[in-house]
Amino acid sequence: MKNSTRQQTNRKLAVRLAGVTLAMFAFGFALVPLYDVFCDITGLNGKDVNRISAVEPVAVDGSRWVTVEFLSNSNAAGSWEFHPSISKLRVQPGKLYSVSYRAHNPTNRSMTMRAVSSIAPGTAAGYVNKLECFCFRQQRFAANEQRLMPLRFMVDNRLPPEVGTVSIAYTLFDSLDGESAPGS
Amino acid sequence: MTDSIQAHADEKPAGLWRWVVTTNHKDIGTLYLLFALLMFFIGGTMSMVIRTELFQPGLQFTDPLFFNQMTTMHALVMIFGAVMPAFVGLANWQIPLMIGAPDMAFPRMNNWSFWLLPFAFSMLLSTLFMPGGAPAGGWTMYPPLVLMTGDAFPYLIFSIHLMGLSSLMGAINIIVTILNMRTPDMPLMKMPLFVWTWLVTAFLLIAAMPVLAGVVTMLLTDRYFGSSFFNAAGGGDPVMFQHIFWFFGHPEVYIMILPAFGVVSTIIPTFARKPLFGYASMVYATASIAFLSFIVWAHHMFTVGMPLVAELFFMYSTMLIAIPTGVKIFNWVSTMWRGSMTFETPMLWAISFVVLFTIGGLSGVMLAITPADFQYQDTYFVVAHFHYVLVTGSVFGIFGAVYYWLPKWTGNMYNERLGKIHFWCSVVFSNLLYFPQHFLGLAGMPRRIPDYAIQFTDWNQVSSIGGFGFGLSQLIFVYVVFHAIRAGRKAPARVWDGAVGLEWSVPSPAPYHTFQEPPKLADGQLQSEGV
Repeated sequence: MKNSTRQQTNRKLAVRLAGVTLAMFAFGFALVPLYDVFCDITGLNGKDVNRISAVEPVAVDGSRWVTVEFLSNSNAAGSWEFHPSISKLRVQPGKLYSVSYRAHNPTNRSMTMRAVSSIAPGTAAGYVNKLECFCFRQQRFAANEQRLMPLRFMVDNRLPPEVGTVSIAYTLFDSLDGESAPGS
Repeated sequence: MTDSIQAHADEKPAGLWRWVVTTNHKDIGTLYLLFALLMFFIGGTMSMVIRTELFQPGLQFTDPLFFNQMTTMHALVMIFGAVMPAFVGLANWQIPLMIGAPDMAFPRMNNWSFWLLPFAFSMLLSTLFMPGGAPAGGWTMYPPLVLMTGDAFPYLIFSIHLMGLSSLMGAINIIVTILNMRTPDMPLMKMPLFVWTWLVTAFLLIAAMPVLAGVVTMLLTDRYFGSSFFNAAGGGDPVMFQHIFWFFGHPEVYIMILPAFGVVSTIIPTFARKPLFGYASMVYATASIAFLSFIVWAHHMFTVGMPLVAELFFMYSTMLIAIPTGVKIFNWVSTMWRGSMTFETPMLWAISFVVLFTIGGLSGVMLAITPADFQYQDTYFVVAHFHYVLVTGSVFGIFGAVYYWLPKWTGNMYNERLGKIHFWCSVVFSNLLYFPQHFLGLAGMPRRIPDYAIQFTDWNQVSSIGGFGFGLSQLIFVYVVFHAIRAGRKAPARVWDGAVGLEWSVPSPAPYHTFQEPPKLADGQLQSEGV
């Protein structure tokens, strides 16, 4: 009698502890979106907002020059060619600039790519406002097509004063038709 | 019903089959301890390969890939195969005896938790013979490097799943046993400290191990199923792995040291012949260390590029751990203060634990200083630090526990002279092995590298000599245990005259079944009394 009640209480506690275990397993996975949310809010880790920034007209800070570097990486399986048209630009905060990236699909079939951006240093990520960017959506290329893709951006006046150089890096990867890119 | 159980009290299946089907906590404790000893020697052999290669600059015996396999496997085998199972073995043997329970709460699950381990480690060790070799990207398994592992990769992941499952079942079993199976006379705040530290450790296990299981599962899907958790090109982030891994990894550090705190808190009062100083503060210190261990993880990754606020937070929270740890150290010292101390082998291990663990703790505080850590990161200084806390900390704690309780387990005294020789060889050689690594690290020698600049040669040779000596000294231990089982002189029930606790109220060797009826506690039978 006493033994069986003990067994019952033991089992109850064990089930609860197993529940904690499962919850912690789920928590491990929940850390992934939490981490993204944290980075989005704080702009840490160069994760910038991948959408059109609402930019109010602001005064150009004529006294300050910032160097913006453009980088490209390809992580796609195919042999994409993907380069910025210029590698560096000296800009004034508050002024609008346009640059472009050239991409070429050298294969004989149409392919879709997606570019994911990252900004360094991470603290600058929140101050690069993009008004137009090829990274906002997937880009479809016909066989052997090449084209220039625009990027219009403005560096915010409030960019921390210690930042003198901002790097904008785009990593290209294949995107299957009809599928949106992970992390978008 | 009860009568028939009593009548067959000591009946067990004969031969090896007994060990496969056993549900007895003492048998399973023995299995865990023997398994840990075997893994200690396998992992130790790997470290001998490492120290042989590092005896001289240049590449002598191994190619760099095999060297990296050795460092990675040495860590995995020692952490998950030697230290953790050894503590679970001690828990299995001692917790029911110390709280007056007839067995663990779930004896069959207990059997299963142990028998997962040989399978897990067969899988892990079999990778040494696979195309592409064993995992070589470090035990921390950082992507993208770990994703380059050859055929061994899924074996690595699944063996970690199995080890995790084993420790989780062990932890649940231990918590239920401690919370539900104590003899009615024993409230929580009168439990022996070893039981307390294991209770806290078991909670750390069920909070931390599932996160490890999750993060290695993410690695698996990244590699085989096209997910991009840690692939920057796919919108993931390799640094996120480090955050999730160390969210497990830091509590893991305390999983491996808290039971050793419990062991030392048991041994020192016995041989100082005084009750433990500050029992309650010991319990609270253990609990606060456990809590803090969950909010310090990023101190392992100060150099990945974090905002200043985060660096400061993790620096201060890490340093905060020194306070409860300091409480423990001072309590141990105060316990010895004006005690009638004798220096039997278990006491020697315990005292050396207090001294040497403190050295490891101090270098830990040095590493916690963020600006200094940028210099120390990934150097031999880190290697020296964690070997001081893990070898001269955890492993010395385990040795102390084995010498302390071996007469209870085998019924025979070990050879005191040989035990002391084992101790002195170990303590001299381990310091020869690890202390120079502080100098090497401060001078800039990186870890996980088979070759080094020639100015590091001298201290590496000293360290290697210490390594070989430490490795050989452990053979003495095997002989001591073997001798105690076979030929030692008979031990009385209360092996040490200063010892308190229920485990000493049963004869030596402890009968196969103990405390079928909850025991009554006599005055002065518990550590917590007289404080």
